[in-house]
Amino acid sequence: MSIRIISPGLSTTVQDLGRPGYYHIGIPLSGAMDRLAARAANLLVGNPEEAALLEVVFMGPEIEFLQDATVAVTGAELPPKVNGEEKATWTSLAVKKGDVLSFAFLKKGARAYIAISGGIDVPVVLGSRSTYTLGALGGFEGRKLASGDVLPVGAGRGAAEGRTVAGELRRSPGAPAELRMLPGLYWHRITEAAGRQFLEDTWKVAPEADRIGYRFKGGKPLEFVPREPPFGAGSDPSNIVDACYPYGSIQVPSGTEPIVLHRDAVSGGGYFMVGAVISADMDLIGQLQPHTPARFVEVTMEQALLARNDRARLIDRIRQALA
Amino acid sequence: MKTRYSFGGDEHIFVECDEEMSLEAFFKSLSITTAVKEAKIRGVTEICPANASFQIKFNPDVIAPDAMLKELQAIEATAAKAPSTIRTRIIEIPVFYNDPWTHETLMRFRERHQGPTSTDIEYTARINNLDGVDGFIKAHSGAPWFVSMVGFVAGLPFLYQMVDRKRQIQSPKYLRPRTDTPRLTVGHGGCFGCIYSVRGAGGYQMFGITPMPIYDPNQKIKYLQDFMCLFRPGDIVRWKPINRDEYDATVADVDAGRFAPVMRDVTFSLDEFKADMDGYNAKLMGALK
Repeated sequence: MSIRIISPGLSTTVQDLGRPGYYHIGIPLSGAMDRLAARAANLLVGNPEEAALLEVVFMGPEIEFLQDATVAVTGAELPPKVNGEEKATWTSLAVKKGDVLSFAFLKKGARAYIAISGGIDVPVVLGSRSTYTLGALGGFEGRKLASGDVLPVGAGRGAAEGRTVAGELRRSPGAPAELRMLPGLYWHRITEAAGRQFLEDTWKVAPEADRIGYRFKGGKPLEFVPREPPFGAGSDPSNIVDACYPYGSIQVPSGTEPIVLHRDAVSGGGYFMVGAVISADMDLIGQLQPHTPARFVEVTMEQALLARNDRARLIDRIRQALA
Repeated sequence: MKTRYSFGGDEHIFVECDEEMSLEAFFKSLSITTAVKEAKIRGVTEICPANASFQIKFNPDVIAPDAMLKELQAIEATAAKAPSTIRTRIIEIPVFYNDPWTHETLMRFRERHQGPTSTDIEYTARINNLDGVDGFIKAHSGAPWFVSMVGFVAGLPFLYQMVDRKRQIQSPKYLRPRTDTPRLTVGHGGCFGCIYSVRGAGGYQMFGITPMPIYDPNQKIKYLQDFMCLFRPGDIVRWKPINRDEYDATVADVDAGRFAPVMRDVTFSLDEFKADMDGYNAKLMGALK
């Protein structure tokens, strides 16, 4: 049971729901950036939600199936084609041995998920099949896929064709994207006026946006509260004594361009952070294209937990719909 | 030293033990995180000690953020009284200072450096009033260093020099980060040393390179077969200056599977260290003989 990569697309990697437990030595969680879309793709084809699948960025790969299977493409609106014939996203598709899956151009979003019945069966490393490319760890040989790669696929009958996730059960960022954040961490390092400005400005996703982090530009530089640099921090007002970075944390080196750390986060460093994007909105970041306008919206912990529950209920509804 | 707690979104608590770096702040971080580990609190998924702070990742569906905060504050109250003694390891790391590979890289990124007419070692020696490259190597390798954090990327140690604050080497990070750093570069930024575990971007000064791998995701290297990362917070490092011939010989030994790192188990007492730093360091380094 396997698939062959005819062409890999821009950056296609094997991901699952991640590798917790090793952040203290610098190995990040990794896994699908848009977890809801990844879970839905697996459910559509009859896999466990945590099965390994392919994460595709902007441009689809071309894949030959070396056996019959059920596949589904979720996340970004990247229409799949089977032997050249366009098919629906968020829907289970039956493919035969020898069929070729390719893609039309991206219409919306940034990352698509391709689930294949049985799941991608690369070796489990530290509890996960996710690729962490910076550390050359996990996935397929620790790297993004290349032409000619043959990936093992697990055994699994696959669900029936034509199962679909209704539009109201999908999530995608608005325009501008609103990323809810909890101010904190080193928020006190900037002035009150700078804090207000940060939340009022409309930012734009910069070209440097990947699995490690998303950079934003176009807002006004932040003004710092003056201080005597603490020993070991460094002289720039945005420096701190190197510390651990939360997932979703928003660091602003030199006070100019915020960077939100994502699933392949660098685990620590010496830049102050103004807070963190809440867990419910991490999926949305994975669907932002460069140049997309975005705003940071302040929420309380209570609101963050309500949003987390809303997202969990949405995933429950997908489970029920596909049960 | 005032502890400051802050939530990092709805899944993290960030705890600053002190705003500035010191071995006391690191020991506070290490003793609280060790106690958190032993407490086995349901819902805790990651425990990350750092230089002068630490971070706990938790699942708020299992433990409410406020309950998590209360658990940590209770642990802090008892852990702060713990004696500052740890059982750890001292590891000898061979370093080829002023090597051709970091030299080639630093020349390539010279316009991003604050002292473009000198090398990173020459610049750092100058601003620390050390006697040129030789004086720098003597100061850098003359005392052991504490691994006060592991991270940034897989297995990368941050190292804190075990000397008086006035003798600690300090050097700024590059004005703009490089897009390339050779694997196993020995670097320095602020008061911290580091070893780049993988090739990649970086902003620390580059002083040399070690032939000894510290991260092996394939776990082919014998001493990394138990775990793919060598370093743990609390390890002590001794730099051993080597020349080109020794570097090449060690690389060959590593490739042939013949190389075994020199390391010993030691007990470290913060109080005894502070009472006589040079004497205590000599004793620590003596364990490697």
